[in-house]
Amino acid sequence: MAVLDRPAGAGRPHVVASPPGTGVEAPLPDRVLMKGNEAIAEAAIAAGCDAYFGYPITPQAELLEWMARRMPEEGRAFVQAESELAAINMALGAAAAGARVLVSSSSPGISLMAEGMSYMAGSRLPVVLVNVMRGGPGLGSIGASQADYLQATKGHGHGDYRVPVLAPSSIAEAIELVGDAFVLAERYRTPVMILADGILGQAMEPVVPRFRSIPKPTADWILEGAAGRDPRVVRSLHIRPDELEEANEVLQATYAEITAKERRWAGESLDGAEVVVVAYGTAARVARTAVERAREDGLRAGLFRPITLWPFPAPALREAAAGARAVLAVELSAGQLVEDVRLAIEGTVPVFHHGRTGGMVPSPDEVVAAMRKAWAVTPGKAPTRPGTVTPETAPGGVR
Amino acid sequence: MTMKPEVGPLPLRRPATGTPDAPAAARTIYRRPILLSAQPTSYCPGCGHGIVHRLIAEVLEELGVADRTILVGSVGCAVFAYDYLRLDAVESPHGRAAAVATGVKRYRPDRVVFTYQGDGDLAAIGTAEIVHAAARGERITVIFVNNGIYGMTGGQMAPTTLAGQKTTSSPLGRDTRTQGYPLPVTELLSLLPGVAYAARGCIAEPGLIGKTKAMIRRAFDVQLEDTGLSIVEVLSTCPVGWGMTPTESMQRLESEVMGAYPVGLFVDRAKGVGQAMPAPVGRASPAGGCAAAAPGPGVPAKEAGPARPAEA
Repeated sequence: MAVLDRPAGAGRPHVVASPPGTGVEAPLPDRVLMKGNEAIAEAAIAAGCDAYFGYPITPQAELLEWMARRMPEEGRAFVQAESELAAINMALGAAAAGARVLVSSSSPGISLMAEGMSYMAGSRLPVVLVNVMRGGPGLGSIGASQADYLQATKGHGHGDYRVPVLAPSSIAEAIELVGDAFVLAERYRTPVMILADGILGQAMEPVVPRFRSIPKPTADWILEGAAGRDPRVVRSLHIRPDELEEANEVLQATYAEITAKERRWAGESLDGAEVVVVAYGTAARVARTAVERAREDGLRAGLFRPITLWPFPAPALREAAAGARAVLAVELSAGQLVEDVRLAIEGTVPVFHHGRTGGMVPSPDEVVAAMRKAWAVTPGKAPTRPGTVTPETAPGGVR
Repeated sequence: MTMKPEVGPLPLRRPATGTPDAPAAARTIYRRPILLSAQPTSYCPGCGHGIVHRLIAEVLEELGVADRTILVGSVGCAVFAYDYLRLDAVESPHGRAAAVATGVKRYRPDRVVFTYQGDGDLAAIGTAEIVHAAARGERITVIFVNNGIYGMTGGQMAPTTLAGQKTTSSPLGRDTRTQGYPLPVTELLSLLPGVAYAARGCIAEPGLIGKTKAMIRRAFDVQLEDTGLSIVEVLSTCPVGWGMTPTESMQRLESEVMGAYPVGLFVDRAKGVGQAMPAPVGRASPAGGCAAAAPGPGVPAKEAGPARPAEA
């Protein structure tokens, strides 16, 4: 398989092949430091992305810049569009023509792309869209945020449609999910969103630069000119109500299949956990540290980390929380993820929320305090090691 | 009304009806182009779309490129163009056809890609997309059908509506003080160096239709020459929206509309027709930086005058 090596002094990684026919794995390259935006871009190129369209916006601009240099090197299509509206529609056109397409932006730009998302969902076009979220609403801030959770999972544009949403919580995972996103998009003929945030986009982390090449499936719907066959039309317009309903039923059946087959999550220390923390992305990084600290201090806490935000891994969460005393959603938003958590838990366990907004990120201690308070204000058996926490003395607030 | 395309593979050439040595007994002088489907039309009596569809079908047949052509549709009455033109087609959101076409063409540069857009689509909601596709010199062809009105939604004022013209959203007539002036998009675009061909035709009478067909033919030729964006604006009718009979609509095209929107050729760079505005294009330095501004290829140094159509 192709691996990525970054020789000393090189401006960018380049792809080298394993020794052919030796049956011996090429030695893994040393881990390299990569910025999240650049790692996502390079992962897309390695996956076989044919075309990229974007528009500058912080904090995803490095992704555009990386593609501006690398896509022409690979002889592939790159256009810096005049707006996010244009970028998403260039993606629509390229995808209709059979290209494997990546588009990226950040929150305000995603709002502009909402129209195109609806059309692509209706036209059943596979496109991978990266949202490196920043603070909102409006122009908001350029800090990391998860305030687009509801937009990503419940709908961006108009109409009855869903888009699978993948949420990496590290740069290494983002690299993996880029490949998975193309697979999902093409398997189900749907746009797929990778929901990252300003920290994941901007931070540099050591990664083993092993990027996957994704085989491209054949398709019987792409536009290439009607030579020797009937013309094909890629469209979302079905003017007759019965035809539109039929098209919608195809979409809904697809969503049902995705929900049945593609839900993903990761769990840590969930066995016997009394407080189950639910968090994704950067918030899950903080939550992991908080869970470790709480456990060192005797609070039996565990982390449930959804990787697909839609479809939300509700059955797994319900099961993980079945024996818990409290569930705490931790997010960089004012209470969005917690709605899906409540829907998953269905009232069987008290659900609490701790969120920060505007680019603010909670400290692990802040999350520990929220966990303790959630534990203390809920009825249940005595803690393993009670310590001194009571509802009255629990530090911090349940926000 | 059904929207199913005709079945059966697309014949690429129609069978010859005779040869110079052995002329056929009967000569076909008028027929439905192979590229036009037998689908009953959804266009109103007197609407110009049918004529423009036919011209495109004839041109693509004559050029022999139909089997590698992709139609980029738009929103408006012509949203159903893919029911009548038997081509691979993709539908665009309102106004975004030039961006969609950019995506198609960048991935498939060896295909012939054209948009079919009305004046509400191109000249109002799609101005950013058409201007920037033109600025980038995308190798696409734009067929821009201008009837001065939003036909599909019931005859509202468009950016192209003439001053004083009554529509359902300018019931007292377009007041230029509050509703602005008609937007001459083709003249504006003809200033851009990325536009290799720009012309305005009209379907008011057979002579003009013939000239318009020649423009469309040249526009596709220019795309095959790979020199830049080509656009043909076609002045067309909307009898229902205008509150006129089909005959009166055709007469109005000649008596009023062509006075405001002169018909003719604005730009054919390969033939030395038309001057781009002197744009500060600069010249890319070997290092990839920006050198001092200097006229680039295709950009004349001398001052360009106001855009005027040449004799068509």
